Amino acid sequence: MLNLFSQARHAARRVAVGAAALALAGTAIPASAQETIKVGVLHSLSGTMAISETTLKDTVLFMVQEQNAAGGVLGKKLEAVVVDPASNWPLFAEKARELIAKEKVAVVFGCWTSVSRKSVLPVFKELNSILFYPVQYEGEESERNVFYTGAAPNQQAIPAVDYLMANEGVKRWVLAGTDYVYPRTTNKILEAYLKSKGVPAEDIMINYTPFGHSDWQTIVADIKKFGSAGKKTAVVSTINGDANVPFYKELGNQGIKATDIPVVAFSVGEEELAGIDTKPLVGHLAAWNYFQSVDTPENKDFIAKWRAYTKNDKRVTNDPMEATVIGFNMWVKAVEKAGTTDPDAVIPALIGVAVPNLSGGFSAMMPNHHITKPVLIGEIKDDGQFDIVEQTPGLIVAEEWSPYLEGSKDLIADWRSPMNCGNFNVKTGKCGGAGK
Amino acid sequence: MTFSARLRRLAGGLLLTLFAFCAGPGTEQAMAQGSSAPDISAPLAQLANDNYGDTEAALGALALSGSPAAAGVVAALADGKLVFSTSPRQVYIRGDAGLIDPLTMQPVADAPAVKPVRVNNRIRRAIDAANGALSLVSPDPAKRMEAANAVGRSRDEAALPALDVALAKEADPKVKSAMTLARASIVIGKEGISPAERIAAVDLVAAEGNQEALAILRSVPASAAPEVKQAAAAAIDAIERNLAMWSMAQNVWYGLSLGSVLLLAAIGLAITFGVMGVINMAHGEMVMLGAYTTFVVQELIRTYNPALFDLSLIIAIPLAFVFTGLIGIIIERTVIRFLYGRALETLLATWGISLILQQAIRTLFGPTNREVGAPSWMSGSFEIGQLSITYGRLWIIVFAILVFVALLATLRLTRIGLEMRAVTQNRRMAASMGIRTNWVDAATFGLGSGIAGMAGVALSQIDNVSPNLGQSYIIDSFLVVVFGGVGNLWGTLVGAMSLGVANKLLEPYAGAVLGKIALLVIVILFIQKRPRGLFALKGRSIEA
Repeated sequence: MLNLFSQARHAARRVAVGAAALALAGTAIPASAQETIKVGVLHSLSGTMAISETTLKDTVLFMVQEQNAAGGVLGKKLEAVVVDPASNWPLFAEKARELIAKEKVAVVFGCWTSVSRKSVLPVFKELNSILFYPVQYEGEESERNVFYTGAAPNQQAIPAVDYLMANEGVKRWVLAGTDYVYPRTTNKILEAYLKSKGVPAEDIMINYTPFGHSDWQTIVADIKKFGSAGKKTAVVSTINGDANVPFYKELGNQGIKATDIPVVAFSVGEEELAGIDTKPLVGHLAAWNYFQSVDTPENKDFIAKWRAYTKNDKRVTNDPMEATVIGFNMWVKAVEKAGTTDPDAVIPALIGVAVPNLSGGFSAMMPNHHITKPVLIGEIKDDGQFDIVEQTPGLIVAEEWSPYLEGSKDLIADWRSPMNCGNFNVKTGKCGGAGK
Repeated sequence: MTFSARLRRLAGGLLLTLFAFCAGPGTEQAMAQGSSAPDISAPLAQLANDNYGDTEAALGALALSGSPAAAGVVAALADGKLVFSTSPRQVYIRGDAGLIDPLTMQPVADAPAVKPVRVNNRIRRAIDAANGALSLVSPDPAKRMEAANAVGRSRDEAALPALDVALAKEADPKVKSAMTLARASIVIGKEGISPAERIAAVDLVAAEGNQEALAILRSVPASAAPEVKQAAAAAIDAIERNLAMWSMAQNVWYGLSLGSVLLLAAIGLAITFGVMGVINMAHGEMVMLGAYTTFVVQELIRTYNPALFDLSLIIAIPLAFVFTGLIGIIIERTVIRFLYGRALETLLATWGISLILQQAIRTLFGPTNREVGAPSWMSGSFEIGQLSITYGRLWIIVFAILVFVALLATLRLTRIGLEMRAVTQNRRMAASMGIRTNWVDAATFGLGSGIAGMAGVALSQIDNVSPNLGQSYIIDSFLVVVFGGVGNLWGTLVGAMSLGVANKLLEPYAGAVLGKIALLVIVILFIQKRPRGLFALKGRSIEA
């Protein structure tokens, strides 16, 4: 019976997705075929991930419109091609193939979850195209065809832990996450990092919950108990999207305030907070590379334009949006540098490209296909925005292969010739050395 | 218990200023004549630096300054109303009319450009401690009580002199015992305390017997006398044993709470699937529609009559029932009635309906979560012994049971209930008795859907209100109905509660992920043994 259910679900979903894709194909901006450069957008517009990814689709469309208003690229107008992979990982690969092979897009902006990125990797390698991936992730990857504009663990998780140690005097740690690759890898890195800082094993509690976990009573009570051992305790949360709301609600219900046990989250931003009453959460933290409350002229200008574009004067901005904007601008700059949209020319041209980010500096694409970023720590305010309590003085270079993990500490990535390798082992001197 | 003379000497300087602060305007004037009022311009200047370290230091100085202006400044900082200008470097309080000078409490004539003094968790803790020290001598006993608890929680040794002063003149026995406890919590971890005093403090704290007491008892310094450490260890041991028992009770409570959520989610399905035999994959979406009804009701109330907010859920319950019930009737009339007896087609059709409803809501309300607020009577918690019970969860259990009883009564005692049962048991016989079976089918499906909508109102309080809300409950709902026994409402009740409690008893040992897997395996094995579930319904409806 169960098997029957899942088959039926699958079949029904495919039908629905097909219909959705058909409907969406019509949304591409019409323009004569010869004068345009096509830009692919591969974000889920239905299913569980629509909650996060829909905004990024809008962001790319917004950037395309802005760029066209500024004269396009290489004298041609840009044309966005939007597809809906419907939060279905295998469908991501099919849709990626459709974008590259059939629509002949020059570049794709897309994916949110790591599993969707892993699913499209072979397609981008085989068809030699470019993917810009805008979300913070667990690292341990560097591919020739992918450019990572979100944070690697050392650009988000480690500075957040450092902040808690220095400013809140935290001695005991709860690493709470959803049970999948990003929290597991990040927590492995954090555990090794904390131990290297002299935190004993009994002061680290690791907890995993299923996707969409909604009953947090036991776990919050456990955290409360763990936090009453006489040492300052903090929670480092890699809990994914939807499960956060009930988690924070339960913290509020059980009376855990940020002054008692602060929670620092890596997946909670302005968009996620829009669905909760934030008054009980004031003081809990998040670490990102961008907050809407960043006080720079660039950011104010961006928010104003974004709200005008979406015709919604309450629309929030968030970190993955900024990463999408940076990626888009980098691609435009690299195409103009290369004078063509041919991936073989654009990929090397991208390395070294620097564009302004929204927090007042420049982010540069490094040879490991990751970008330099500032790290900001924010405390939740009662209006759902973040009060920035700490900003790293300079930009942090991504460590795509974590030095805190056994399997990756000898690896480096450098896509310039002569190395041209995403996992070069400095010990053996060979490319493709012991990866994971 | 004796106060050590040394402590009194230490506190000597502070005593005077604190008495001046607390003794009322008369003494204050007298003091002002003798020596000028305590000068707090230095900490105020420090606050204007807007640097966390300086702010924290300034708060400490303010708390002990004894200045009558200090409490106002600390309160303004806590409310985000303390602002500063960079030139001249000065702090002001933002009043309703304009900026106010914190020392004179007079409006500032030409206000400079100001920014609020920033507050983070560290500062919030310092504010709590400062507030505690400042309001220990407040004329209001409730405030003194709160202050005593705040000081106890902060365990700030600097507050000890102020606490001793307040303790000496406290008359209210309740506040006095809170202060004694606060003092004990500070004394336990302090260096240079006599063993006898420390043991007395250990006994006091140990009598509390809760999680916080454990944390305090563990702070006995390593340098303490062996008999103190022994007393503390014994107390910790006793509390831990006691807490272990309570935690069992707590887990059962969590289980009942989870069970009530499962019951709410499943009870509508117990009608559409259990009684009618329709494999209704759109059941979760009915729950989701109920949650969105709550959201719309709250939005309307916020716009037109915010005073009614506390009643928003009560208003939403009948509306959600009617709205989702109507949607259910429409679905039954337009789709399901053509598919009776064809389980696979029903399954596919209702799955399609669920996707359509999800995407419709996504288009209408956007893909992101919507905020549904909790009315004041559903927030907070209370404690029975060491059992902490949150009002929200308690009300959901009450609501689930009410819904269950109401549904049972409808099926047993009303005419429509009788007709529903008649049609389920023998459609042709019922038809020949003059019952309009078509109409009863629609009403039954509508009833099941409406109840799912009511469940949505309750679930909007604990889960995301997003288009995906229903998906997370559909599998659990089927699990409960099948486990409890298809077609039996009591089975659904017992099934939901036993699955909830089993899940919560497994979770502390196996973790959330393994616990859930283990539960599924247990249910699968159980269904192998008893394919009809806990309470098998005997009769022809199952055979049909």
